[in-house]
Amino acid sequence: MKAVITVVGKDTVGVVARVGGVCGSLNINIEDITQSIMQEMFCMIMLVDLSRCTAPHEQVRAALEQLGKEMGMQVTITRLEVFEAMHHI
Amino acid sequence: MSILNTRDILETIQMITDENLDVRTVTMGISLLDCIDPDPKRACEKIYNKITTKAARLVPVVEQISADYGIPIVNKRISVTPIAMLLGAAPEADPVDYAKALDKAAKAVGVNFIGGFGALVHKGFSAGDERLIDAIPRALAETDVVCSSVNIGSTKSGLNMDAIARMGQVVRQTAELTADRQCIGAAKLVVFCNAPEDNPFMAGALHGPGEPDCVVHVGVSGPGAVRAALAKLPKDAPLDQVAELIKRTAFKITRMGQLVGNLAAQQLGVPFGIVDLSLAPTPAVGDSVANILEEMGLESCGCCGTTAALALLNDAVKKGGVMASNHVGGLSGAFIPVSEDDGMIKAAERGSLCLEKLEAMTAVCSVGIDMVVLPGDTPAAVISGLIADEAAIGMVNSKTTAVRVIPAIGRKAGEILDFGGLLGYGPIMPISGWSPEVFVARGGRIPAPMQALKN
Repeated sequence: MKAVITVVGKDTVGVVARVGGVCGSLNINIEDITQSIMQEMFCMIMLVDLSRCTAPHEQVRAALEQLGKEMGMQVTITRLEVFEAMHHI
Repeated sequence: MSILNTRDILETIQMITDENLDVRTVTMGISLLDCIDPDPKRACEKIYNKITTKAARLVPVVEQISADYGIPIVNKRISVTPIAMLLGAAPEADPVDYAKALDKAAKAVGVNFIGGFGALVHKGFSAGDERLIDAIPRALAETDVVCSSVNIGSTKSGLNMDAIARMGQVVRQTAELTADRQCIGAAKLVVFCNAPEDNPFMAGALHGPGEPDCVVHVGVSGPGAVRAALAKLPKDAPLDQVAELIKRTAFKITRMGQLVGNLAAQQLGVPFGIVDLSLAPTPAVGDSVANILEEMGLESCGCCGTTAALALLNDAVKKGGVMASNHVGGLSGAFIPVSEDDGMIKAAERGSLCLEKLEAMTAVCSVGIDMVVLPGDTPAAVISGLIADEAAIGMVNSKTTAVRVIPAIGRKAGEILDFGGLLGYGPIMPISGWSPEVFVARGGRIPAPMQALKN
C-alpha cells in the first residue's frame, strides 16, 4: 500500500525533517525522496509505504494538511495507484 | 519513484488541488422491478427496503475511497427503475407516495439525489405513465432530493407529440408549485429524446429495464483541468494540437474515474457499469466548459465559431476517454448547462450566448438545453415547441438530447434565479414569443426518420 506525499511551496528550512517526523510518528516508511524547483516553486515528492501505518488514512491526511498549514506549503498524500492509472497505459 | 515522473505527479496534484479535477458522481443503479405490488403501501415499503439495503454502504464506502486514495468524489447518488413501470400494477396508487418513498430512502442512506421518478413514453403511454407524468409537479414540490425524467422520443420510434405537449405544461406547473423556492422543482426535471439507460448524472439518471439488478456507474469531470492544459498551449497552435491535448487530458481524467469505479464496485460487491465521459462543469470559477471554448480563441462563448469549437472538444473528450475505460456509457460528452457553468452564466449575462445558439450547440455535444431560466410568462406551448425542436435534433442525429428549463414564475428577462450549490444561478434568457400552439396541439407522433432503418 504505497502513496506519494507532495510538498509544494516556498522553500523553508526543515521541510524534510518535519514531514519525516510526521511519517515516523505514524510508522510510515519513507522509500524515496526527490526534490526539485518547478516554476520557481520548491517541490518535494516522497514515496511512502503505508502498510505498517498505525493511524487511519483520514488521520494521516489531516496530520499532513495541518503540517502544510504550519509551514505555509501545500502538502498532499495520494495513493500510488492514482498516478499509475493516469500516466501509464 | 523511478517508474513515475516528477512532472506527472505534480501535474496530477495540480489538477486536483487547483483545477477542480474530481470524480463528479458515483451513482448506484438499483432495479425496482421486484418491488412491483398492486398495494401501493406495500410497494413503497419494498422500494424503501430495497434501496436502503442495496445502498446502505454506498456513501461510507465511496467516502473511504476518496480519503484513502486522495481523489475528491463530489456526489453519491442513486438511480432507479422508472417509477411509471411500478405504477401500472397499482391503478389506485398516488404516484407522489412513491416519490416520497424514494426521498425517504435517499435521505436514509445519505445520497444527495435520487433519479428515476419517470416514464419512458417515446412511442406512447402504457398503464401508469400518464398518472406519473401528471404527478410530477406535486412530486417534485413535496420531495427534496427526487429527480424526474421523461423520455418522449427516440431515433427508432420518432417523437411522441402528445407527451411533448403534456410535458410543456408539466414543466410550467412544476415551476409554479415551487415558485416560492426559486422554481427549483423544474431544475429537477429533464425531458429526453434517446435517454440512456445507464446515465449517472442528475437530474436525468434512471436505471433502465435492460440494466442488471444493481450496478455502479461513475461520472467524471474536469473542465478546469482541460482549460488549464489548453492555457499552456501557444495561441497560434493549430487546432490539431488543441484536439490532441484535450484527448490526452481526457484520457487521464477518465482513468481516474475508471479506477474509482472499479474500487467502488469491488468494495460494494456489485458489478461495475460504465464511466460517463462527460465534462461536467460547476459554478466554481474556472470549472467551466465555456471557458475551454474561450481558451481555444473565442472572445465570448456563444459567438460565431462556438459550435465548431464545441464539436472539436466533444469529439476529443470521447476519443481520449474511450481508451481509458473498458465500458463507456451514459451521456458521454461535454455538458453545456447554463446556470451550472460560470463561463456560460457570464456569456448569457453579457448577451453573447442566446437560446438559439445553445440549440445549435446541442447538435454537436452531449445533452441539450440544460439549466436555462426562461421568462415567467413563457406559455406551456412554447416550452413544448422547444422540447420538440431539441428532441428532433436528437432523433435525426441519433444522439441524446434533453430539455431542462426553469420558467421563472413572476419574473422577466434580465432578472436572475439563484438555486445555490451545484445548480448555480442563471439569468433569465429571452425566448421567441411567436406561438407554436397549433402545431403542438395537433398531437400524434412524428414518424421515426430514415436513420432508424439501419437493419
